Amino acid sequence: MAAMLDFWNSRIERAPLEELQEIQLRKLRHLVDNVYRNSHFYRRRLDNAGVRPDDIKKLGDVAKLPFTYKKDLRDNYPTKMFCAPLSQVVRYHASSGTTGKPTVVGYTRGDIDCWTTSLARAMTSCGLGRGDVVIVSYGYGLFTGGLGAHYGAEEVGASVIPMGVGNTERQIELMQDLHATAIACTPSYLLHMNETAKKMGVSIKDDTDLKMAFLGAEPWSLETRGRIERSLGIKAYDIYGTSELSGPLFTECSAQQGIHVWADHFLLEVIDHNGDPVPDGEKGELVVTTLSKEALPLIRYRVGDVTILNHEPCDCGRTHPRIMRIMGRTDDMLIVRGINVFPGQIESVLMSIPEVGEHFQIIADRKGELDNLTVRVEVTRAAFSDKLADLMKLEQKIAYELQKVLSLSTHVELVETGTLPRSQGKSQKVIDKRKI
Amino acid sequence: MKGTIKQISLFAENKPGRLAKIAETLSKAGINIRAFTIAEAGDFGVVRMVVDDPDSAYKSLRKQGFAVSETDVIGVEMNDIPGGLFEIANSLGKGGVNIDYAYAFVTRSDLALLILRVDDIPTAQKVLKAAKIRLVSEQEISKI
Repeated sequence: MAAMLDFWNSRIERAPLEELQEIQLRKLRHLVDNVYRNSHFYRRRLDNAGVRPDDIKKLGDVAKLPFTYKKDLRDNYPTKMFCAPLSQVVRYHASSGTTGKPTVVGYTRGDIDCWTTSLARAMTSCGLGRGDVVIVSYGYGLFTGGLGAHYGAEEVGASVIPMGVGNTERQIELMQDLHATAIACTPSYLLHMNETAKKMGVSIKDDTDLKMAFLGAEPWSLETRGRIERSLGIKAYDIYGTSELSGPLFTECSAQQGIHVWADHFLLEVIDHNGDPVPDGEKGELVVTTLSKEALPLIRYRVGDVTILNHEPCDCGRTHPRIMRIMGRTDDMLIVRGINVFPGQIESVLMSIPEVGEHFQIIADRKGELDNLTVRVEVTRAAFSDKLADLMKLEQKIAYELQKVLSLSTHVELVETGTLPRSQGKSQKVIDKRKI
Repeated sequence: MKGTIKQISLFAENKPGRLAKIAETLSKAGINIRAFTIAEAGDFGVVRMVVDDPDSAYKSLRKQGFAVSETDVIGVEMNDIPGGLFEIANSLGKGGVNIDYAYAFVTRSDLALLILRVDDIPTAQKVLKAAKIRLVSEQEISKI
């Protein structure tokens, strides 16, 4: 019988909103003062915006601060935006950059502890605890999903099986043999696992002890959630986070009415395209200020996800604000098998291969339960010789170079010169046929 | 190269209508196809052909947007009886010449021709001549 806590930290999770806001203001003032004095990047940014630390007197003054973007991380690759000495960075992670270069993030020991605590609170709110057995099927390595979920689940006292991605039949075997009660992976992978299990003659619903899943790293609809919960006989909780904010940090609670974002560590805003705040309950772009991060604090970071904010107290008793299901992106980023893909990355790879033109088309579709990415590229006239083998090698070379940059294997299709649309519009360059 | 034939090859996507487009282009330019083959690899293929006017074919196809190239191949007269192919293949094999690909056709003048792409044209020409196998010229192809 799993030993379940109702709250990881009841005192803070149920603190009145006013108290949380006092904590936020105190930390925000300290953050701005600290980065102004110790970070070249933020000093310049704040000076350009004409803002000084003393200008932050109330929580609303956060709107005076300039935004930060993924571009800033890219331009300051790898560590020029860091605010702690590198000798105090105990972990690096990386994630997809918008062009060829990845973005690098770093963590002090305090940052790792804070990340772990966030997820411990979140997982506890879903009923996870000592006695649970958790399979972590997010990628381990530079991707934050695997290690993030791992540390969080270990912290709450669950037994962790660090499977990572792949080897699905083995995962199902261990799910049964070690009596796994929970899994953390992408929703499409879990559906794929269900199909694989059926082929093995195993019903996850009837033949395993699985009762909950933490699903994220890619968008998924309520319909898909219903499908997963019914066919696997589990509760499926949305998990959310980005590497810039640390990694996976927040989940829905047992009420499943939005994702609690820990106010004592993160200050949230939702803005319209002018950068002005939208009223609670209206859709807008998520902006996050990290109040506790030391190595890479982010002020008003434009995450790029579109959501709705809710400050009402939740049925679970927690007072920390909730964000509702992520409803899309403000940029052209795609998520394929849980991996962020920017068309700009593909463009940068193709530009380095002379035998193909720089025009391309990306088609995302889902065969069965797993995503596929097809990249269609034009053969240049100059590059065409008579040798079939050369063309096949070219296809393989493109796929190889793309794999290096995207960390994803793609299906490459060579097409005739001049046949791809030349417009810059996303709608023609990126075709997403998936229905999530 | 002397004693060789210009083969036209082009890149085409492996989907309905592409071959028709190629054939239409050649037809409009009044070009007659003597020999023709398609090598496919999944989503695309390479169409190879020997025509009566390779320069005109090259220009017309390029104008239509195709990625075209010209390759030197050898045209060899083959006896249209069992053993005809063996004669040719054996000479080349003994001479250490590799055949990259080949395709055959019979013309209205009862000439059976084998079009060969080899890895070493001068040696191929030498061993074929020594085996008394007749090489067919560019002019002969255009005049058929």
